[in-house]
Amino acid sequence: MLKILKYSFYDLIRSRWSYIYFLFYLILGFVLLFLNHDIGKAIITLMNVIIVLVPLISTIFGIMYYYDSKEFTELLLALPIKRSSIFLGQYLGISLSLSMSLLIGLGIPFLSYGLLESGIIFDFIILILIGFFLTLIFSALAYNIGLRNENKIKGFGLAILLWLFLAVIYDGIFLSVLMLFGDYPLENITLVGTVLNPIDLSRILILLKLDISALLGYTGAVFKKFFGGTAGSLISFLILLLWTYIPIYLIYKTAKKKDF
Amino acid sequence: MIKITNLHKKFASNEILKGINLNIDKGVTAILGPNGSGKTTLNKCILSMVYPDKGTIEINSQNIHSQWKYRKGIDYLPQIANFPNNITVNELIKMIKDLRQESLKDETPLINLFKLTPYLDKKLTNLSGGTKQKINLVLAFMFDNDILILDEPTTGLDPAALISLKELIFKEKQKGKTILVTSHIMSFVEEISDQIVFILEGKTYFHGSIQELKESTNQSDFQHAIANILTDNYA
Repeated sequence: MLKILKYSFYDLIRSRWSYIYFLFYLILGFVLLFLNHDIGKAIITLMNVIIVLVPLISTIFGIMYYYDSKEFTELLLALPIKRSSIFLGQYLGISLSLSMSLLIGLGIPFLSYGLLESGIIFDFIILILIGFFLTLIFSALAYNIGLRNENKIKGFGLAILLWLFLAVIYDGIFLSVLMLFGDYPLENITLVGTVLNPIDLSRILILLKLDISALLGYTGAVFKKFFGGTAGSLISFLILLLWTYIPIYLIYKTAKKKDF
Repeated sequence: MIKITNLHKKFASNEILKGINLNIDKGVTAILGPNGSGKTTLNKCILSMVYPDKGTIEINSQNIHSQWKYRKGIDYLPQIANFPNNITVNELIKMIKDLRQESLKDETPLINLFKLTPYLDKKLTNLSGGTKQKINLVLAFMFDNDILILDEPTTGLDPAALISLKELIFKEKQKGKTILVTSHIMSFVEEISDQIVFILEGKTYFHGSIQELKESTNQSDFQHAIANILTDNYA
């Protein structure tokens, strides 16, 4: 698997798109720091960008890479290599190269603006860590869609729809439910609803870590009580891990049975 | 030796293979059949790229079910040659060698045979279909394993390369290899093969030498003999 990972990674970091993604974060980082003059504020702004954009880019890259490397995958399948190694290796190749673009693209501007002396390096690490998880989750989801759909257009459409659902529509439905049943105590339902969507979960985690939960009003207090404590942090981290593990396990399962 | 027993495969509702029984011995065996008759599916079953619904495949008396290490002994030429676009020919060859864990194999005789030296440092995106097929051939032949599966090896080749390919197949045959070829070019098949397997509607319709095929269809010409089978069954 490591060999496949090595070659996928090598192939990807030489692709034009990885550089565009990297340059995008580099420029975004510098622009935000230049405009805000404050690392803390820049991190909050970045959070909003990362939470929507990282899933989108990971989904698109994941599905594109799957279809793009399909014929080559077939060549690999005829070699004496275990199937699961091929697919997990390729998947890790794409998700790690995307994570690296994120880390280096944002790392350079923040380091050059004195992140190390700022005392909020921990906030920055949380941000990158969440970005890393979202990359793993969404490229795995995209890979699953690719594995199940031979038709590129359909696969691409489904992947974008999944992103749209989790990033936008889910919140819409969620808010409508909260509005409709506004007369009832909904804190626990809100909590469950948040946990079930990796994007919402990440958002809440960052908000709480950045200590701006006051923005969320009473629900914020409930969240703070839940996520802020050690148990809550641990549970939400575990759920994020579960969100990562399940799609990766599904890649393994599907690839094992699929005909090529 | 490859032994295939009662092989069935269905894609959705489309039944491709309906009970193939086949013993493939040393020498060149050509698998023939109309488009969509399941030739490629059969090849892919042997490589475990497609999993059969029913039936077994044994290679040298080993059942290949849920195995992968046996592929070390098989060289495969896929029908469509498509490689990662960002790497050069040299890097691709090195990579496949590394993945097969046979870094010591020497590809230079094959590179010279197909006159690929000027392309070695070019990226694969910039190569023509025929050149890609030649690289595909180099990758299939360079590991020198006992079983060789060639799926449409002639696609896109120029006449000079075609002659080189035939010579190559003869040479490999001399070494006592088991070679499986699918092709629609009948003159090519007639020249290289010892045995013919004709697949029709998911079953082995005919298995024997070219001479036997001519006799059983009462035709003196190989192409006509094949055409005869097709028209007899579709007319």
